[in-house]
Amino acid sequence: MSGTRPEAQFPYRGDPTPPFRFLEPNGTLLEGSVSPLDDEQTLSALRLMMLSRAFDQRGISLHRQGRFGTFSPVMGQEASVVGSAFALDPSRDWIVPQYRELPAYLHQGLPLEQFILYFNGHPAGGTIPDGVRLLPIQISLAAQLPHAVGLAWGLQLQNIDGVVLTYFGDGASSEGDFHEACNLAGIVKAPVIFFLQNNGWAISIPRAKQSGARTLAERAPGYGFDGVVVDGNDLLAVYEVTKTAVDRARRGLGPTLIESQTYRLGAHNTSDDPTRYVASDVVNTWKEFDPILRVQRYLAVRGRWNEDTASDFQSEISGVIDQALIAANSVPAPTTKDLFKHTYAELTERQVRQLRAHASSAKQPEIA
Amino acid sequence: MLEAIRDAIGTAMSADDRVMVLGQDVGKFGGIFRATDGLLAKFGEKRVVDMPLAEGVIVGSALGLALSGLRPIAEIQFLGFAQQAFHQIVQQVARMRYRSRGRFAASMVIRAPFGGGGRTPELHSDAIEALFTQAQGLKVIAPSNPHDAKGMLLRAIRDPDPVLFCEPLRGYRLARGEVSSGPYEVDIDKAKVVRDGKDVTLIAWSAAVNLALQAADVLLTEGTEATVVDVRSLLPLDVDTLVAAVKRTGRCVVIHEAPLTAGFGAEIVATLANEAFYSLEAPIERVTAPDAPYPLSAAELMFIPNVERVVAATRQTLEAQ
Repeated sequence: MSGTRPEAQFPYRGDPTPPFRFLEPNGTLLEGSVSPLDDEQTLSALRLMMLSRAFDQRGISLHRQGRFGTFSPVMGQEASVVGSAFALDPSRDWIVPQYRELPAYLHQGLPLEQFILYFNGHPAGGTIPDGVRLLPIQISLAAQLPHAVGLAWGLQLQNIDGVVLTYFGDGASSEGDFHEACNLAGIVKAPVIFFLQNNGWAISIPRAKQSGARTLAERAPGYGFDGVVVDGNDLLAVYEVTKTAVDRARRGLGPTLIESQTYRLGAHNTSDDPTRYVASDVVNTWKEFDPILRVQRYLAVRGRWNEDTASDFQSEISGVIDQALIAANSVPAPTTKDLFKHTYAELTERQVRQLRAHASSAKQPEIA
Repeated sequence: MLEAIRDAIGTAMSADDRVMVLGQDVGKFGGIFRATDGLLAKFGEKRVVDMPLAEGVIVGSALGLALSGLRPIAEIQFLGFAQQAFHQIVQQVARMRYRSRGRFAASMVIRAPFGGGGRTPELHSDAIEALFTQAQGLKVIAPSNPHDAKGMLLRAIRDPDPVLFCEPLRGYRLARGEVSSGPYEVDIDKAKVVRDGKDVTLIAWSAAVNLALQAADVLLTEGTEATVVDVRSLLPLDVDTLVAAVKRTGRCVVIHEAPLTAGFGAEIVATLANEAFYSLEAPIERVTAPDAPYPLSAAELMFIPNVERVVAATRQTLEAQ
């Protein structure tokens, strides 16, 4: 035993590492940095980011007209979501989502109309096509984290090649499930990436009221693995950090907690009114850090982005969204059968009786 | 009873490499009741896993393991502690098939002993099985004897849907009976008439079935022939067997260890009142714990139902005109 001074047991921990970054907000690649994505890959990531933004705008507008349900826009977090999703191989890796990560689901192979159906409240909206390595959207915050660890651990136990990335936010990181999941992941060294999108807000509660920790990533060593902080509005940095974590997980080096520091430019969801709790100048400051602008500026310097390409992208994306809306709206309205279907592998006797009684008495109103 | 459960787990693990066990103290220690004794030595630490002390992640990670293609059996040391995993069981495990429209199934078993009479410390004995019976998508079963325990557990492990397997704490050593050595299965959605009698129907599950049988012996000395129905499966509920048994006798007593108000007996009585109403000759009686928290152990024998209370309630229903 050493030390008569107990202060030795309370070591100064040093300042937290600043977020990892490749691109300045003006689109300049930091000196000495080499982009991990070539221009074609960057353009393809940008297209997905722009699709996400365009869908948010369309969804908000349709919601105001009463033609789309309550949903949570990605707005402001596109680099965080797309950069991380691009680091996965959808043919073997899994995403275990929260709910604010639309472009990641699309990258993984979920058809856009499926997402539209879900937020339009159609029971069939939860369907995930065979072969798409994605769990259903999770409304219960952090409840998916133990599933992600179990799934990753199960792949590892069966020697199946695959890494699991799970999304959640700064608010969800206060839940007990976060702690329990990280704790188990550290013990079994599961190939799982905890991708924490710190967007500053849990509805109206600011990040400072979620945790006294200086960064959310610095909790990771307490669970026996690494935590890193990345500029979540920098596509290239998010990709690089996530790719590193994915490669490490694949090599058997266990989990990583990534805190992606980003900002929710929009509302919590379409029923929220952030003007009650966010000062407008704060939002305006963050608009300078818009992740889409940053990639466009970067590509413009490289001669790969101008008004013509922007307009080509916009019209292609607009068409994709139109088509998805048409496909979603052409799905027949739910029936009483949908109330019972898939509760169990087979309906119970009681359900069969209830279905019979229900079908004759309940009239399904028209879905708008 | 314990031997039957251990036998079922070992049999399932030998037959199917995907079956694994996880929980607190299930490894070297063999489970606090020894339900997994010897399994670690036989199947290794990848299939018999000691977990950190956290019910939520025992259940939640078991769901993830099931999604990866394995067949987990999660042990919760006492059903009362499953309340720390309530959201995972009710909201997540039970609904996975429904939420994914059939793409993902939580094919897994959660085992937990429940009920009183074991002189356990506080919070260990709560009979909270009814809390889980509104978790549509989950199956909630509660065998009363070793034969059923083995056969129903083997059936549950193979079931495509998640099963909460409630074991009678008091029955672990008390419930004795012949158990076939080989693999066999017992339905997990059927009640069973375990004793036939023309005068009254006693309905119970888990440890309370033994009470009902003892009460039936006492009643027979008074000339009353009682039918005893072992419900076995609460969710789904085998309504037909219950209704048929009550229609035959016209009188009924429901027995359970949980407090009266909103105990699962309420569901059974309401169902019988609806479907067997015109055969009833007397109000249905319930013998349950009182509406109070489970007491410390020196008071527990006053709390849980006993043979005398079952006999008294039965006499009352027999006397009703």
